[in-house]
Amino acid sequence: MSKKILEIDNLTFDYDGTNVLENINLSLDEKDFLAIIGPNGGGKSTLLNLILGILETKNGKITINNQDPSKQLSNIGYVPQNTNINTSFPIKVIEVVLMGHISDKKPLFGYSDAEKACALGALTQVGMEQFANAKIGSLSGGQRQRVMIARALCNHPTLLLLDEPTASIDVDGQRKIYELLKDLNKLMTIIVVSHDISVTLNYANKVAYINKFLTLHNNISRFSTTPQNGHFCEVELMQMFRNKNV
Amino acid sequence: MFEIFTTDFMQNALIAGIIVSLISGIIGSLIVVNRMVFLAGGIAHTSYGGIGFAIFLGLPIFLGASIFAIIASILMSFLALKYKDRVDTFIGLIWATGMAIGVILIDLTPGYNVDLMSYLFGSILAVETGDIYTMFSILIVILVFIVFGYRNILAVSYDSQYAHIRGINVGLFYTLILVISSIGIVITMKVVGLILVIAMLTIPVFIAEKISNSLIWMMIASGLISTLFTITGLVVSYYYNFTTGATIILVSVAGMILFLGVQKIYSIVKK
Repeated sequence: MSKKILEIDNLTFDYDGTNVLENINLSLDEKDFLAIIGPNGGGKSTLLNLILGILETKNGKITINNQDPSKQLSNIGYVPQNTNINTSFPIKVIEVVLMGHISDKKPLFGYSDAEKACALGALTQVGMEQFANAKIGSLSGGQRQRVMIARALCNHPTLLLLDEPTASIDVDGQRKIYELLKDLNKLMTIIVVSHDISVTLNYANKVAYINKFLTLHNNISRFSTTPQNGHFCEVELMQMFRNKNV
Repeated sequence: MFEIFTTDFMQNALIAGIIVSLISGIIGSLIVVNRMVFLAGGIAHTSYGGIGFAIFLGLPIFLGASIFAIIASILMSFLALKYKDRVDTFIGLIWATGMAIGVILIDLTPGYNVDLMSYLFGSILAVETGDIYTMFSILIVILVFIVFGYRNILAVSYDSQYAHIRGINVGLFYTLILVISSIGIVITMKVVGLILVIAMLTIPVFIAEKISNSLIWMMIASGLISTLFTITGLVVSYYYNFTTGATIILVSVAGMILFLGVQKIYSIVKK
């Protein structure tokens, strides 16, 4: 039996009394690749923030590797949604990646040699090592996204979360990112929040549709093998999921 | 030009100018990358309340101004973290309240005819040897904070949400950055005054941002650029008998325009 990485039990979450998520149950094994889809305001980001421990669970329970998320910080890698913020900030690519290290066993000042080697290794993993000393603002959107993935890989996580990783990237860049995720999936469990359903379905082995409730599809091969014109229409697909829920 | 630095007060002004330039280069960089310019303005003006407070109670001016600046920075940091969307309103409120308290407290001080101008526009020529020791100590404190806190400062400044996920106490470091900045702001006010302090904190940083690819180099570059502007301003104001603080600011603005012009010509030639 494969190892459980993420367990969500009967999770309900509200903002000021209005439920955003209700009765969420989800279980991910080692090397699962989950795509989360759903309308804006449906609770996708809230769920991600709960898994990351940015928001605190009130009802229900989330465990990562059988522990509370706050104790598993070093096992979670996270790539935030908008990586185009702060592009004028004077910071080198390598310094951005070094931020991925957890701060509990840091040296008195600066970064240790092991941390630097690790960061360079992560950059090599995403194919960006030659840009280590470039200013982050000088990179393209796709390159910057790879750097953010390298930052998330710094601690060798067992669970990698990505929020809309290809939202502002051209088609070629998107394909490269997903090819990279496919490789990384051999080493870790991946959760991607995405609108690019047609692309995502080629890589994910589970799909969760979230609109307050969660509908999980474990076997998506029957969808991805029958797309018309090579692509799924997002609306059609969402209707498919919704119908099942009703 | 060196003969103008033979008098004591000009020597003090030169040393103070250099130390304060380095301080303003460092904290100016922190303020700009954290988008705290308006907050810095608020802290500078609130500290006028501290000047009134010190005059009323007969305390050293720097002490009074620092106390008010630190209280204001802690308050603003709390409000900025808690009410992100409304923070500008609160800053404006604290800004005006601080200044009003200062004016009233000076009114209440019997027989004190304060030279308001020196606080508004600076008084680098009135720097005493004791002030220089204070400035130097503050520079050391700021350097220690930067050296030992660099990676956390960088993480919180660049991406505070990510820093939080990595287990860094974002609120604590955000507050520390503001408190350290507030002390730097008060000491910079000695040179250019509270009206012009924002220009001294931002103009050299603006130039440094274009030529540096890391925060630490931005701090060093701004410190050096600021030093150049301050010394030039000091010399110019001596020969033309201008107010020194205002001259330093105008020299900085001229320097910035020159830099932008050269940059533009360079980019055209490069094509």
